[in-house]
Amino acid sequence: MPTIGKIQIKLLERLCNAMAVSGDEGDVRKIVLDEIKDHADEIKVDALGNVLATRAGSSPSTSLRAGSNRLKVMLAAHMDEVGFMLTADDGEGIFSFETVGGIDIRQLPGKAVVVGKEHLPGVIGARPIHLVKNEELKNKIPLESLRIDLGPGGSARVKPGEWATFAPRFQRTGPSLIAKALDNRLGIAALIELFKHAPPNIDLLAVFTVQEEIGPRGARVAAYALDPDLAIVLDATPANDLPSWDGEENISYNTKLGHGPAIYVADGDTFSDPRLVRHLVAVAEAEGIPYQLRQPGGGGTDAGSIHKQRAGIPTVSVSVPHRYSHTAASVARLEDWKNYIALIHAALRRITSELVEKERA
Amino acid sequence: MSDILPFLKDLLTAPGLSGYESPAAEIISARWKPLVHEISRSKVGSLHGLRRGTGAEPRPALMFATHMDAVGLMVTGIVEGFLRLTQVGGVDGRVLPGQPVTVHGCEDLPGVIIQPPTRLLPPDIGNNQPVPLEHLLVDLGLLPHKVTELVRVGDPVSFSQPPLELTGETLAGHTVDNRASVAALTICLEELQTRPHTWDVWAVATVREEIGALGAYSSAFQLRPQIAIVVDTSWAKGPGANDWNTFPLGKGPTIMWGPNIHPALHKAFKELADRLEIPYAVEITPMHTDTDAVAIQVTAEGIPSIALGIPIRYMHTPVEVVALKDIQRAGRLMAEFVAGMEPDFMEKVTWDK
Repeated sequence: MPTIGKIQIKLLERLCNAMAVSGDEGDVRKIVLDEIKDHADEIKVDALGNVLATRAGSSPSTSLRAGSNRLKVMLAAHMDEVGFMLTADDGEGIFSFETVGGIDIRQLPGKAVVVGKEHLPGVIGARPIHLVKNEELKNKIPLESLRIDLGPGGSARVKPGEWATFAPRFQRTGPSLIAKALDNRLGIAALIELFKHAPPNIDLLAVFTVQEEIGPRGARVAAYALDPDLAIVLDATPANDLPSWDGEENISYNTKLGHGPAIYVADGDTFSDPRLVRHLVAVAEAEGIPYQLRQPGGGGTDAGSIHKQRAGIPTVSVSVPHRYSHTAASVARLEDWKNYIALIHAALRRITSELVEKERA
Repeated sequence: MSDILPFLKDLLTAPGLSGYESPAAEIISARWKPLVHEISRSKVGSLHGLRRGTGAEPRPALMFATHMDAVGLMVTGIVEGFLRLTQVGGVDGRVLPGQPVTVHGCEDLPGVIIQPPTRLLPPDIGNNQPVPLEHLLVDLGLLPHKVTELVRVGDPVSFSQPPLELTGETLAGHTVDNRASVAALTICLEELQTRPHTWDVWAVATVREEIGALGAYSSAFQLRPQIAIVVDTSWAKGPGANDWNTFPLGKGPTIMWGPNIHPALHKAFKELADRLEIPYAVEITPMHTDTDAVAIQVTAEGIPSIALGIPIRYMHTPVEVVALKDIQRAGRLMAEFVAGMEPDFMEKVTWDK
C-alpha cells in the first residue's frame, strides 16, 4: 500500500524545491527517473520530454482488448511549474523577463527568485516607496518595469533565454504544507508512490508530463503513444476558500482545504467521463475516504488533451486542493494529500473491465 | 578587517520591528560587548556602547547613530483563521502578496501574506488593480481555533525573507535599511581597537527611526554628544530609481549635504574621503535627510550633525540589495574620522568661515 511518511514528504520537498518551468523540466525529470527506475518494466523519455513508464500487472485479464490481458490505465501528472524566462540583459546583472504560464504579476514585486541551471539567487525589486507617487499606488506595478537583479556579476553567469522561478522555501506548519509549485509536485510525488505500489489488476501507464501550464502539450502526445483504456489525471487545484471581504458567505469557492481530494465533473476543458466520476465516488464512499466534488467551472488539467486523443479516451481528474496557486507560496493540507493517494490507489484496485465496457450514459 | 558578512546575515535574519527591537539589540549587543568599555539600553530601548577616548577629562564625545528598527506589519483582526494587517513604517502594499512573514504571537509563527481572489474582494478591485493592504490577509496554515488561541490583535508581523548572497559581493534581504549601517558601525568599532582616539565614542543603535525617531531624540538628549554622525541607507540607482537623488551601488557611501548637516562636518568628511581615496558621492538633501539626523540636530540646545548614506536598491521591500564594499568603506571612513579627531576639533565646527 502506498503511504505518506517522512520519506515521501522529503521527496515532495525535493520536488517542490526543484526548478522545472514549462519547457525546462529536466530537474524534476531526473528525480522522477531516479525514483521509478527500479520499479518499471519500461521507461522512455519522449520527443517532448515526457517520462512514459509502464508497469504490467500480474492478475488475470480485465482487458477489453483481444490479445492483451489487463486494462491499460494511464495516470498522468505534470512536472512543470509556472515561472519566468529572461528576455534581455540590461547590464550589471539586471535582466528583463517574461512570465511563463499563468502568473498574476501582482505576485512578483519584492520576491526572491532562482535563475538558470545553477539556481542563482536573484530578486525582483520595486521602486522604493519613498519615490513612489501617490497616483502610482493605484496601479499595479507593470511587468515592463520589473527586473530580475542577480547582483553585478550576474551578466557573466546567465543569459536571456534561461528560466527562473520563485525561490524555493518548503515548510511544514501545523496541518499544512507551504511551498512553491505544490501545483503539481503533489501530483508527481503521489504518482511516484502509486507507481511503486501499482496494484496487480491493471497495467499501469504512468506519464510525467511536460508543458501542462502552457498547453497542455506533453499529455497530448503521451496519450497518443500509450493508447490507454482510460486515464486518471493527478493535479492540484485552487481552493479559493477564503472569507469574503464583506463577511458574506463565500459561494464562489472552488474546493475547500481539509475536505479531501477533489474529483472533477467538469472544468474549462473537459467533461469527465461520468463512469469514472461515479467509480471514484463509489470507491471513496466504500472505503470511507473523504472526498469532494470540485465546483464545476473553469480551469483545466492534462485531461483537456488526453480525453480528445485518438478516438476519445475516458478521462477524469483528481486534484489536491491548495490555496494561492502559481505564487511563491501555496498552502495545502497534508491530510488531503494522503487521502488523494489513498483514493486513487483504491480506485485502481477496484477497476474492472466493466467500468469502461458499460455505455457512458 | 574581519569578515562582516556572517554578522550582517544574522542581523538580516533577526526581526526587530519599530518598537520591538530587542531581537536585533541582543545580537548587536553581543557583538559590540568586547569592542566597547560600557554597554547598556536606554529607557526606550536604544543600545548605547561607549568607547572611552585617550584625551584629558572632561573629554568631548561623538555619537554614531544607526537605527536598528525594521519596517513591517501588525495584526489588526482575525477572520476565520486569517489575519488582517496594517503597516508599521512605510511599506508599499504592492510588494506584499506572496511574502513570507513571521507572526510574533504567543509563539513565533511562520505565515504568508496572501491576496484573496478577485471575486472575494470589493467589486471595484479588479485583476488590474493592486489589492490594498486592508484586504490582504495572512495565512498561517493553522486551523481557525488554533489561530485564535495563538494570535492577538496588535501582534507584530515581520518579513521572514532570508538574506541572499547575490553575485558581485552583494546581499539581498529585509531590513538592510538600516542593519547595513549597524554593520558599518561595527566595522568602525573593530578598527578603533587598534587606533587610539582622543574623543569618547558613543556607538548607538537607535529604536523607532521608521516611526518618528524616538530613539534618536532620546539618546541624543541623554548622551549629549558634541557632534553626531548618523549612518543610514540611501537610494541606489537601479530599476525604478535613476534620478538625481540616487547613487550607484558599490561605488562608495554618500556624504549628505543640506540644512540638517553642519557644513564644517560635511567639509571634514569630504576632505578625509578624498585624502584616503575612498570613493563617495555627495547626496543633496534640500529639505531634510529623512534620517535620525533630523531629530538629533534639534535635540537640547542643538547638536552639529552629519549623515552618511549607504546606497541600497529596493528600499523598504524585503529584498533590499546592498554592496558589501560600501559597508566596509563607510565603516573605514567612520573609524578614520574618529582616529583623526584632535581634542580641539570643536574649534573647527563653526559657521561662516
